[in-house]
Amino acid sequence: MAEASLLDRSRTVAGPGYNRWLVPPAALAIHLAIGQAYAFSVFKKPLGALLSGNPEAPAPADWTPAQLGVIFSIAIVLLGLSAAIFGKWLERVGPRKAMMASALCFGGGFFIAALGVHLHNLWIVYFGYGFVGGIGLGIGYISPVSTLIKWFPDRRGVATGMAIMGFGGGAMIASPMSVALMDYFKASGTGTLGVAATFLTLGVIYLLFMQFGVWTIRVPADDWVPAGYVPSTQSNALITTGNVSADNALKTPQFWLLWVVLLTNVTAGIGVLETASPLIQDTFSDKYLGAGRGVTAAAAAGFVGLLSLFNLLGRFFWSSASDKLGRKTTYAIYFGLGIVLYALIPTLGSGLQLTLYVVVACVIISMYGGGFATIPAYLSDLFGKYQVGAIHGRLLTAWSTAGVLGPLIVNFLHESRKAAGFTGAAAYETVFYTMAGLLVVGLLANFAVTAVNARYNEKGPVQAEPGGH
Amino acid sequence: MNQPPVSSSAAPENSSGGALFLAWAFVGIPLLWGVSQTFIKALTLFQ
Repeated sequence: MAEASLLDRSRTVAGPGYNRWLVPPAALAIHLAIGQAYAFSVFKKPLGALLSGNPEAPAPADWTPAQLGVIFSIAIVLLGLSAAIFGKWLERVGPRKAMMASALCFGGGFFIAALGVHLHNLWIVYFGYGFVGGIGLGIGYISPVSTLIKWFPDRRGVATGMAIMGFGGGAMIASPMSVALMDYFKASGTGTLGVAATFLTLGVIYLLFMQFGVWTIRVPADDWVPAGYVPSTQSNALITTGNVSADNALKTPQFWLLWVVLLTNVTAGIGVLETASPLIQDTFSDKYLGAGRGVTAAAAAGFVGLLSLFNLLGRFFWSSASDKLGRKTTYAIYFGLGIVLYALIPTLGSGLQLTLYVVVACVIISMYGGGFATIPAYLSDLFGKYQVGAIHGRLLTAWSTAGVLGPLIVNFLHESRKAAGFTGAAAYETVFYTMAGLLVVGLLANFAVTAVNARYNEKGPVQAEPGGH
Repeated sequence: MNQPPVSSSAAPENSSGGALFLAWAFVGIPLLWGVSQTFIKALTLFQ
């Protein structure tokens, strides 16, 4: 089949003279699209009022917030699972076919979910956006990472930081775009408060947008190296010259230590993101600051927006910095500085230090984003480039776990404090102290990371996917 | 895992500056739009 051959890895090999800076936009096209997942909350209110037609007064048979929360949870769990399952397939077939599969699943998930909304059948929405779309998320997330590492052996952190920054930026595009589309279709009288039509439109937009990545992604030839690139001759035990397969990586303590590193960093970050809006409103309310001086719902939305910006910037900044600082040192900063800042938040809250509070929260979230962006380069340093995409995919199960665990811990701790009669900043104290404790675990896990034992390396030369090594 | 080797003898190609600009514009413009929308929203925190 002619089209199938166009998707083959062998058809994507770049010739001499190809500019490697064309690859990051291809990666960004995928990550900007699938980053939409972080903006799913804009659909929660309208989806919860499809029968009543009034988001402020849902009908008894309307879907509840808890039922709707499951959609995102399924998508995040499937992201981790599919990244883990399809990682080795991606290594074999190359990024173009994987990106196409991601585009079809992600776009197709919207189409199925639109049908579910139209029929008011939540199971179809779970299957569409959660299951099928979640598979698109997982494959899409890992699809450009190993290719970028091979194009930028001299700047692994910069390259992966750029792509993963796109995942953070995707929500910033999707959120206002989705609201505008829903307003338009609602005014056009398409029914379902414009949600079904918006899902259909987004499915088409993302399917087409991702095609840019599909058809522009290129892989380097086996013997390609950047002009003037000389691999560092300085001895660094944490940057291997060997190659470990995805299966063997699972047998190493380093993989599981990094799993804990990612899990703790993400769980702690979710602690802030999950509660950001109520957190700042409760902590700096009129009750504590005086009538009319408290943080309003609109200002809280601004706080959430600011955190999103720092989440995005942190992905690029910290990941790029890790090229100079080293991955282990960078994670030591995330955890060491993170422990201090998380422990400081309750004090700043009870002291009503709004400006400092916002600054500290922004730094925390920048390191949360940085944690995501730095991990592929850390894996590449430890396990080599051979199957780094598949190893990264398997490590993302830590993200799925954190995606479920984080909100559970935060909600439980916060509700317990409230039930005990605590208000304002005091109601969130245990949340932040617990997250600081989690970061101590992450710090220890990162501290324990050493070079991978050479017995796990592939014997003899390996055919690295999809370019040389 | 056995993978087919990738050719190192693909035809030479020159990536023009225009192609580079267009590729970055394709992803950069939506990203900048999204960032600007978020920034505007974030400003309400300081009002």
